[in-house]
Amino acid sequence: MAAQDLRDALVVLALPFAAFLLLGVVRPLRRRGRLAGIVSIVAVAAALVVAVRLELFGAGSDAVGLWPWLPGDGGPMASVGAVVDVLSRKMLVLVTLVSLLVQIYSLGYLHEESAPGLGRYFAYHALFAFSMLGLVLSPSFLQMFIFWELVGLCSYLLIGYYYDRPSAARAAVKAFWITRLGDLGFVAGIVMLWAATGTFDFAPLFAMAKEGTIPFEGFGLVMFLIYLGAVGKSAQFPLHVWLPDAMEGPTPVSALIHAATMVTAGVFMVTRAYPLFVAAPDVLWLIGTVGAFTALLAATMACVENDIKRVLAYSTVSQLSFMMAAIGSGVPRAGFLHLLTHGLFKALLFLGAGAVIHAVGTNDIFRMGRLFRALPGTGTVFLVGTLALAGIPPLPGFFSKEAILTGVWESGRTGVFAVLALTAFLTAFYMFRVMFVAFFGRAHAPYEHAHDAPPSMAVPLWVLAGLTVLAGLRLAMGGGEEHAPPWLLALSLALAVAGFVLAWAAYQAGVVSASALASTFPLSLVDSLARRRYFLDALYAGLYRGVMLGFSRLIGWIDRYLVDGLLNFLSACTLRGGDLLRGIQSGRAQDYLYGVAFGLLALVVWAQLWLRRP
Amino acid sequence: MGGVGEERRSLPPTSNDPVGLNAYLILAALVFSVGLAGVLTRRNAIGILLGIELMLNAVNINLAAFSRFGGDLTGVVFALFTIAITVAEMGVGLALVIAIFRARRTVEADRLDLLKG
Repeated sequence: MAAQDLRDALVVLALPFAAFLLLGVVRPLRRRGRLAGIVSIVAVAAALVVAVRLELFGAGSDAVGLWPWLPGDGGPMASVGAVVDVLSRKMLVLVTLVSLLVQIYSLGYLHEESAPGLGRYFAYHALFAFSMLGLVLSPSFLQMFIFWELVGLCSYLLIGYYYDRPSAARAAVKAFWITRLGDLGFVAGIVMLWAATGTFDFAPLFAMAKEGTIPFEGFGLVMFLIYLGAVGKSAQFPLHVWLPDAMEGPTPVSALIHAATMVTAGVFMVTRAYPLFVAAPDVLWLIGTVGAFTALLAATMACVENDIKRVLAYSTVSQLSFMMAAIGSGVPRAGFLHLLTHGLFKALLFLGAGAVIHAVGTNDIFRMGRLFRALPGTGTVFLVGTLALAGIPPLPGFFSKEAILTGVWESGRTGVFAVLALTAFLTAFYMFRVMFVAFFGRAHAPYEHAHDAPPSMAVPLWVLAGLTVLAGLRLAMGGGEEHAPPWLLALSLALAVAGFVLAWAAYQAGVVSASALASTFPLSLVDSLARRRYFLDALYAGLYRGVMLGFSRLIGWIDRYLVDGLLNFLSACTLRGGDLLRGIQSGRAQDYLYGVAFGLLALVVWAQLWLRRP
Repeated sequence: MGGVGEERRSLPPTSNDPVGLNAYLILAALVFSVGLAGVLTRRNAIGILLGIELMLNAVNINLAAFSRFGGDLTGVVFALFTIAITVAEMGVGLALVIAIFRARRTVEADRLDLLKG
């Protein structure tokens, strides 16, 4: 049975790869656009079926398949394979499900794109699905790193899908470089870990952690470096700045890669390697602290952002940090649960935002208004997503967030708990702010052309909304295992409701003036800082312009004036010398004879004077 | 050399010669220098050929003188060869000069500078 599970997992992995190869190699197929999309969708749909079967009817036990890869002295240096366990089975379903729905949605959302562009888009999507599935199945750090970079590549390609738009091209490069910065630590950590233990594979590493071979000398640094990879990928402070810019990509891409799947890779990696992180308590403490800090930071930025996609992006940063804080506080199960539920409802929110943008043609929520009347279907599903994210029972966000809060409280990290509780309140506030301003508030512009999404877009939305509700109901019924204290349940609910009430008062009823609220101390300080994104973008830009470009200019000057100067000087000498010597070639035979005669004479004299000397 | 030299036909001894070998060598050097000066300075191609002729004759003087004072006929034979070759060379040289004259209407050495770079 375990072998059957393994085979199923590999089939899930192979299907999107086959689609990618087909689209990548067969040019006419790729250039047909919609046909390419159907190929990719069929492959991912088949993968979803297999993944669901694996989850529901699989053996249920863990299975690991390893094949030697890099040959080395005394056994293979590294192996590739697949690991089927609770984590990877659930992730397979999530990735294939969201991939499938997003791809179907894309057919409607990108219907105005040219056929070759659409083919390219779906080829990237198939590659992404393959890479992400490979990442979650990885049984070793090395294989995970390879797929890690592959999903980073797909993210770069898809953010830069509108490559003729300078802002998109810049955002793609920014995302690529900033995540690379974290990956530098990741790869260094993996190699150091390998140098110390001699293996990349998780299973032997975990065994070492269990029997006490780990932690060795310097283990904390190794785990910190590995954590840096997750900092870049899962947009933790201070490397979170790329994610909001990544919204330059098409909205379905944001939903799939920058909300539901790829950005969770960091969280997934830390969850996967949790037995190792446990052996490094300092790093775990850091993960929790940075997570809580980033969660609050991103939530405040989401509160002042007007671009609907960027609100969701900051919200994603905030929620990812929630998961990180959970892992850092010793409750990776809660973090992973939040990863799964967040993947569902954040994809729903992004796709809903995409439908709104598709209908009204703007990202600015203050140029929307009364959209609920124009787009009842989209409004309903967006409301489901908002309630789920804000943490209103019985939607899944409530349960996963409450599981995190319970875990953090029980771990005794009161500071982290307080920050996360405040973040939960802010989460409800900024989501209902979007809801009220865009969907219920005053109409800021007339919408003659606003219409609900076409079926190819609406079906994925409704499926996601339905699954969100189902997941919530299932958690509500089977969620008794966490034993949350009643006061905590009440607190969770109260925070969400308080956020809702504040947003309602400020943006719907007008009881409280939002601008007056923002200008009272200490909120005014936070407000102005958050609007300036805490000067982090400016700091990076300054570092880039001042340090990087300054250094590059210096190097450029050295190359241009010292290295090139030396070569130019040599060539000038050669040229001048040639000009000088050219004069002696007169073409007259007699002149040459002069040379021969006097040269001979000089030789004779030299021979007489020097060689014959006694 | 002893055994071989006896078999060779040699000239009579020259101890009664009024001037020594050096006189011939100096004469040859002077003629050679005159010829070289002519070759280097004459503008006319014919003049250059004449200079060459003088230089070759200076060589002949040397060969004859060494032959006479060395008591060996080889030098004289060489001189004869040289004269024959000189005649042939003159024939070719003059033919070339005429050909150049026909082509360029001049035999001024200064203006024959097609080798100029």
